[in-house]
Amino acid sequence: MTWLKNRVLLLLLATGLAAASGLAFLTHAPNRLVSGVGISLVEAVSASGGALQAWALLAIGLPALLLATAVFMRGSRATQLMVIVAASLLLTGLASLAGARATRLASVALDAASGATPGIERTSLGGAFWILSALAWLTASDAIAHLGLRPVWRLAAGAAVIAPVLACMAAGLLDQLSLLKEYANREDLFNTALLQHVQIVLASLLPSLLIGVPLGVASVREGRWMTALRAPLFASLNIIQTIPSIALFGLLMGPLALLATGLPLLAQWGIKGVGLAPAVIALTLYSLLPIVRSTAAGMSQVPRPVIDAAIGMGLTARQVLWKVELPLALPVFIAGLRVAAVQTIGMAMVAALIGAGGFGAIMFQGLLGGALDLVLLGVVPVVAMAVAVDAVLKTLASSLAHAY
Amino acid sequence: MIELQSVSKSFDGVKVIDELSLNIAQGEFIVILGSSGSGKSTLLKMMNRLVEHDSGRILFAGEEIRSFRPEDIRRRMGYAIQSIGLFPHWNVEKNIAAVPTLLKWPKARIEARVTELMTLLQLEPAMYLARFPHQLSGGQQQRVGVARALAGNPEVLLMDEPFGALDPVTRSALQLEIARIHKVSGKTIVLVTHDIDEALSLATRIVLLDKGAIVQSGTPLEVLSAPANDFVLDFFGRGDVGIKLLGLRRVADHMRPEVTDGRDLAHDESQGDPIPDTLSLREALSLFVSRRVASLPVADSEGRRVGRIDLQDLPGSAETLESAESTGRP
Repeated sequence: MTWLKNRVLLLLLATGLAAASGLAFLTHAPNRLVSGVGISLVEAVSASGGALQAWALLAIGLPALLLATAVFMRGSRATQLMVIVAASLLLTGLASLAGARATRLASVALDAASGATPGIERTSLGGAFWILSALAWLTASDAIAHLGLRPVWRLAAGAAVIAPVLACMAAGLLDQLSLLKEYANREDLFNTALLQHVQIVLASLLPSLLIGVPLGVASVREGRWMTALRAPLFASLNIIQTIPSIALFGLLMGPLALLATGLPLLAQWGIKGVGLAPAVIALTLYSLLPIVRSTAAGMSQVPRPVIDAAIGMGLTARQVLWKVELPLALPVFIAGLRVAAVQTIGMAMVAALIGAGGFGAIMFQGLLGGALDLVLLGVVPVVAMAVAVDAVLKTLASSLAHAY
Repeated sequence: MIELQSVSKSFDGVKVIDELSLNIAQGEFIVILGSSGSGKSTLLKMMNRLVEHDSGRILFAGEEIRSFRPEDIRRRMGYAIQSIGLFPHWNVEKNIAAVPTLLKWPKARIEARVTELMTLLQLEPAMYLARFPHQLSGGQQQRVGVARALAGNPEVLLMDEPFGALDPVTRSALQLEIARIHKVSGKTIVLVTHDIDEALSLATRIVLLDKGAIVQSGTPLEVLSAPANDFVLDFFGRGDVGIKLLGLRRVADHMRPEVTDGRDLAHDESQGDPIPDTLSLREALSLFVSRRVASLPVADSEGRRVGRIDLQDLPGSAETLESAESTGRP
């Protein structure tokens, strides 16, 4: 099968085809309480009619055709570039088709508005949309990885692939989709949640860095004290890591509530059994392990001769640490910071249960109300945040490792 | 320059350096020679306080080294090691500039010094200044290592088996380099090695160490021609001493000069191409054997025939050794 040049792409395309034929592309419901009717991709394209139909056929068909052709092309730079552009076009096509269909359905509902309140019908994104988008994204990242770019350009290429979709969103083309309707309904709530979420994450990572980095540095130092403390330190950090997050939040609520009653001053500062304080303490504890461990690992992989030479040349202990050891430990350390950051962003969701707010609050509201779109409104930004932070830190780590 | 007075050092109750006294004068090229475990590295590291001595006194420029801050004394002594230890995250320029930067030299002076040292160590500045250590060969890395050790214009250069990890060709090139640097700069150099040939070709004084004590100290010729005891003789290799002695002498000092107006050459029995008069007698002996001749023509550095050397001219008798001993280094 020498004519078959790209098996990964073929597999992705076949999966996409199966998803497109088997799952709903959109779901339409008269309101958000009743379950909707599925609309397949083929229906979404063909039912549009007129100019929109021709446009939809082009927007989905052309990139799909390009990708299918690429299966039989040698993996040259030009082919990879074509795949990236096609995947980006496909993503844009899918999003804008979904947006256009939702707009059409809304106007139809408005025309037929027989007593029904306009604006309450819901067009949500279906399984086929999510799977096809994910596959298009995978295809694009695979092609980007094959281009052999420098880390920063890899990051830029990834951003460029999703940029058109974001542009469509910004232009209001997707406004009639239920996800964005929910956003429009709860814009203030969403913005507060975003702020709170970022606040929880930063407030947890900062102390964890301030405690974790010195602990990690100390743990690789020779000396009677540190040698004795190393094993218990890592043992306790490991144990913390195994406590389920909800349990840890619960465990912290009691003592903190007691503290707040005992010392009213603390309560005035906002330290009480529920809210930000227990969430931040728990998340700080969780992120300590990756940070301490990666600092220690980074420090211990600094070549001994380099340190010996530095001391022999007359650098003071502090200069050796700041000019030699920490810079050389940085790539490994950032890998640990990545784990800690992504983990904290995700776990901050659960913190909503003890009243810390954030996107978790929106998600739980949706879960309790059985509103899937609301759940997505809470989850999608968190996933996006985690992916973005991960990509940026990964780029930073690999460009540092590149420089040496 | 550096004076050790009955210095001792133990690690975990084991004596590594035992009541050792040594006086290193300005401008000497001291090679501390010994097998592994003889304490030679410890001896070197005590001089810049990487290892603190237990008892005795170590004086640097007349003052006890403990009266200095360790960093200050290290910045006044260059330090080069076998594993080089270049900073992998800094380019060549920054590596060499490390100590001058610590000493807070003005920028222009640092730049000039880096260029000067790279030229001295035959690294084209324009080509290598911005390179990172991993982009250099082992020999180039050690050149940068030596340049870095010299950068702060140290009064003493300490070298711990600096050429041990290099291939033979690169090693001898760098040995020539360091001998040249010693000659032009007049710096005091203390080099630790277990390589006998390296010691013989570089040292103005060899300090032979065994079990933390000095067995013999003297010029290469003294140590070879008048070994203090059987240990010294065994260390240099009983059967090789003669060959090694030949290695210390130049053809120029032992050849028969002749007037080359063209008449005598017809009767000359010396065979083949002339050999340079800068060769050692050891290399000349090798040529006698490989060319299967008893006489070799000798030429000076410009390639002019200046004389010849016969097999019987090689010093071998007790008298030549004794006379050499009294004159010191050839």
